Amino acid sequence: MSEIVKKFLYLNRKAPYGTIYAWESLEVVLIGAAFDQEVRLMFLDDGVYQLTTGQDTTGVGMKNFSPTYRTLGDYEVKNIYVDKDSLASRGLTPDDLVQIAWEDWETEEEVENIVEVVDAARVSELMEESDVIFSF
Amino acid sequence: MSILHTVNKSPFERNALESCLKFANSGDPVLVFEDGVYAVLKGTSAAGQVKAALDNKPVYVLAPDLKARGFSEDRLIEGVKVVDYAGFVDLAAENDKVQAWL
Repeated sequence: MSEIVKKFLYLNRKAPYGTIYAWESLEVVLIGAAFDQEVRLMFLDDGVYQLTTGQDTTGVGMKNFSPTYRTLGDYEVKNIYVDKDSLASRGLTPDDLVQIAWEDWETEEEVENIVEVVDAARVSELMEESDVIFSF
Repeated sequence: MSILHTVNKSPFERNALESCLKFANSGDPVLVFEDGVYAVLKGTSAAGQVKAALDNKPVYVLAPDLKARGFSEDRLIEGVKVVDYAGFVDLAAENDKVQAWL
């Protein structure tokens, strides 16, 4: 395992299904998590649509990858952020989004939902303090 | 001569919807599908444009794309009509031309 742990920020700005960005981002996130890096996910602009509940793609013949978001905690992804203004301008509330649980397997401490709604200043701060930003 | 206008892009990312509504004639149908469906949801910053359009043109949304994105029909702006793939074909056949705002 590498000794240097970098802070990776995955900045997601695209809606799911219309383009391949959301799906590709999720794939890379899972790979990054497997390498024990500190992974953070940010959902901004249309990216917030990736987290909506009740996605059902049976009618469009595409794979529904939304259930994977709920399992991110199991991949040791502990930091998931959603931009508050992006939700508001789309008429969405945190109730429209999936909840992602995380459990510390050493202490058995459990967090029911690690999805955190943050303001613009916090988004900037998270970008600033990350070592690498992956843009999707 | 009637034109069916289709929009498949999110109104928050592209100006396809805006241009469509600017140039579509009164009475011409507008169908949103794929990422265009986000335009016809209640309470968004794009809702005003769609409500204004509904005053003089029918607006349709493709149901399977709405469902794929996790939204039920009760989230739609009042007056927006829901169609399935067969309804999309009917609209294309009923009108003289199709303009796709890509």
